Amino acid sequence: MTTEVKSHVDVTPIDPVALRADFPILDQEVHGHRLVYLDSAATSQKPLAVIETLDEYYREYNANVHRGIYQIAEHATAAYEGARTKVAKLIGAPDAREIVWTRNATEAINLVAYSWGRRNIGRGDVIVLTEMEHHANLVPWQILAQEKDADLEFIPITDDGILRQDVYEVLLRLKPKLVAFTQVSNTLGTINPVAEMTRMAHEAGALVLVDGAQAVPHMPVDVKEIGCDFYVFSGHKALAPTGSGVLWGRRELLESMPPFMGGGDMIREVHLRRSEWNEIPWKFEAGTPDIAAQIGLGAAADYLVGVGMERVRLHEQELVAHALDLLPREVPGITLYGPAADLRGGVVSFNLQGVHPHDVAQVLDRFGIAVRAGHHCTMPLHERLDLAATARASFQVYTSRADIDALAAGLREVVKLFGAGPSVS
Amino acid sequence: MDDLYRDYILEHYRRPHNFRVLEAPSATFEGANPLCGDRITMQLTVDDGVVTEVGVTGRGCAISQASASLLTDEVKGKPVEAVAGFGADDLLELLGIEISPARLKCAMLSFESLQHLLDETGIKPLTSDPG
Repeated sequence: MTTEVKSHVDVTPIDPVALRADFPILDQEVHGHRLVYLDSAATSQKPLAVIETLDEYYREYNANVHRGIYQIAEHATAAYEGARTKVAKLIGAPDAREIVWTRNATEAINLVAYSWGRRNIGRGDVIVLTEMEHHANLVPWQILAQEKDADLEFIPITDDGILRQDVYEVLLRLKPKLVAFTQVSNTLGTINPVAEMTRMAHEAGALVLVDGAQAVPHMPVDVKEIGCDFYVFSGHKALAPTGSGVLWGRRELLESMPPFMGGGDMIREVHLRRSEWNEIPWKFEAGTPDIAAQIGLGAAADYLVGVGMERVRLHEQELVAHALDLLPREVPGITLYGPAADLRGGVVSFNLQGVHPHDVAQVLDRFGIAVRAGHHCTMPLHERLDLAATARASFQVYTSRADIDALAAGLREVVKLFGAGPSVS
Repeated sequence: MDDLYRDYILEHYRRPHNFRVLEAPSATFEGANPLCGDRITMQLTVDDGVVTEVGVTGRGCAISQASASLLTDEVKGKPVEAVAGFGADDLLELLGIEISPARLKCAMLSFESLQHLLDETGIKPLTSDPG
């Protein structure tokens, strides 16, 4: 174990230009322009450390995990289980056995909805969600509520995309069984006061699930400080391979929950008519998992811890501030959505007057600039804001001010091409 | 600068033809690509075996709007047999631009809406694959 020096937090600025060398995919041209990747909220790029970890696993010790008696199987198992310890460190989990591997945040939420939810949610029970949830933290609860005849309630947002805490207080009087919310909005970037909201939920007797898909890759996260009961995130948004994801849950809760899927690895004993479940976390990990991806997530966690999550957060806050300052000055007809930079993760959603976001994204692509266009899996949030769709630029450690300057220049080209847009509405 | 956003496409987007609400339509259909946020309402008036009027309202990207503008120009005033025989490939030819797989749904929104209208007016039943 390395010694931890908690009192001294490194806040020297990140040099994204130097960091870019760690991300080989960024060293390419698209349509004759340097690739400006501004879609990290959809999926992040992967550092060499992660790519080489995958390569090494498949070249040197590819074997199924657990119960292998030979050397490379023991190596694979040690790496696979060791990755839990690295991830536990990244999110401040007290015990690596509370780290359950899933394919992504979506699967982690479904695991809780099916396993904990089916046992604990009944007719008339209330689950509180928010208007800004990703479909992943909405649809599993809709399915559960329909099946159990339970009720869903939603914390509304202000026009600036801030959760209405006054309404939340009122909703908690309904004595919900569960409150589930995102730590950072994937569309507006809003950083929610998750520790305070968790404390309030617990006072009302509810358990709390936090969706950390847009938080873990971008800021310091400590599940003990948040105090929540479940915490989920996707590896692929956090510099790790696709197919890696995490459910963290409090040990006694995970131990009390029935399995999610049945099969190999999740059992201790199997008889023809009954079985005994394995201990956590393996009770929830039926079948051969994505071994390489989870080992890769361990490497990504090491990379992020190595850069320093405080530095990542400061870097992205600076980028957002630059974008919120530059884009309205440089781009005629742009509308930005969401809160100020200090309350916002590395996400800037916007629209151009008279130009559909798909056309914005298509024209930007011609300049090598990758942004997302659509509803970003938050259709209810877009309805709430009366928007058909938005374009979204999102950041990571490798994003530079020059990338945002390129975005502004690209958007000026979009405006030039489209002019004032259609003359009928 | 662009293969997709040719002048005539942008012109149809800025000033789409037949963008209006019909007074006495034979049928009305609301078509949408929820994933893109494109939504159009298309109306059709059939009189004595001829599509006399077509009207479109709604919003969408340049490709979907230009496509609706070109398509409505094409079918207006035509006998129903000719409109029924107008296929997806004909519309792509009319658009005259290379449509990537990701944008095909945009280009086809008005066409699919038209197929629903032809079904509703008994001119041509919907097939499972109107595209």
